[in-house]
Amino acid sequence: MTEIIVVTSGKGGVGKTTTSASLATGLAQAGKKVAVIDFDVGLRNLDLIMGCERRVVYDFVNVIQGEATLKQALIKDKRNDKLFVLAASQTRDKDALTQEGVEKVLDELKKEGFDYVVCDSPAGIEKGAHLAMYFADHAMVVVNPEVSSVRDSDRILGLLASKTRHAEGGQATVKQHLLLTRYNPVRVEAGEMLSVKDVEDILGLPVVGVIPESENVLAASNAGEPVILDAQSMAGQAYADAVARVLGEERPLRFLEVPKKGLFKRMFGG
Amino acid sequence: MGILDFLRAKPKNTASIARERLRIIVAQERSTRGGPDYLPLLRSELLEVIRKYVNIDPEAVQVNLESDTGHDVLELSVALPDDEKKS
Ligand SMILES: Nc1ncnc2c1ncn2[C@@H]1O[C@H](COP(=O)(O)OP(=O)(O)OP(=O)(O)O)[C@@H](O)[C@H]1O
Ligand SMILES: [Mg+2]
Repeated sequence: MTEIIVVTSGKGGVGKTTTSASLATGLAQAGKKVAVIDFDVGLRNLDLIMGCERRVVYDFVNVIQGEATLKQALIKDKRNDKLFVLAASQTRDKDALTQEGVEKVLDELKKEGFDYVVCDSPAGIEKGAHLAMYFADHAMVVVNPEVSSVRDSDRILGLLASKTRHAEGGQATVKQHLLLTRYNPVRVEAGEMLSVKDVEDILGLPVVGVIPESENVLAASNAGEPVILDAQSMAGQAYADAVARVLGEERPLRFLEVPKKGLFKRMFGG
Repeated sequence: MGILDFLRAKPKNTASIARERLRIIVAQERSTRGGPDYLPLLRSELLEVIRKYVNIDPEAVQVNLESDTGHDVLELSVALPDDEKKS
């Protein structure tokens, strides 16, 4: 059985692509066969975050339009041979993605025996975002502790419950996972940032993970290595926890507290 | 209290303001979700009309569309303030 997971948010720049890369990599590390698809047509980015930008020959739209086979377009990850990337097209044609085309590619991935397909959604609620979520079995809704992001994710939760294949069929629902990213415990403690509990209460959903704001994320994207591979970093460990929870494991949330003793205190014995 | 403490003293708890604003707007948007696109506009125009007579809070007007086996019922509720002031 192939499970389709959309990574979505409504608001732009909250961490969807960062999350898609780490989620896909984490699932592959767990031994699953995974494809991660960039739905951001016109603004290809996932290839950079995955570190495979120089190996893109054919893209998602080429496959949909029959200019390349799926096999030709899937880029095998250089670190994990169970992980494949399907890059977004750089075309400016907004109609290049069609529902039938997306369905065709997903069906083919099912036939190829993929366990998971991760769909990296573009921002917004227009066509690209709609198609990225339409066939999903799971949704990872990425949210930052900030008013416009929270409001937009509620909007997205509404769309997941009404404008997807499962919702329209009335048989099943899209399983919703809330991922809170760019979390800063110091600012939460100072009353400057919404807390995990605030976001959970407002949206009425428990979080599947909390990813701290971390400089390692930028370093990872500079290097083209999904941050989950940086096992020393808090962000990497938090992503690993979130992936384990998606796979059904129970793990306590980490990195929510302000570190008890700062460097200053340790040096001067606070 | 040192000067540093003074400068850093009492940042406003803006998180609680954010929480309260979100609580209200999310509840409001959920109540008109799935309904016809005119519901939010209907709601704000109603609010304007009522405010000509009574000074009510923006959240005091609730508009709900209930689907009841075959019938759609538009439910309006307006909470009046305790000290009902005519303007
Ligand atoms: N936990 C984090 N800590 C610090 N920076 C982060 C974190 N998560 C994401 N970022 C940074 O935020 C920026 C946006 O991230 P990303 O590209 O993943 O967002 P996106 O939701 O995919 O954006 P878009 O809507 O444009 O597709 C990037 O510069 C990324 O490095
Ligand atoms: Mg992105």
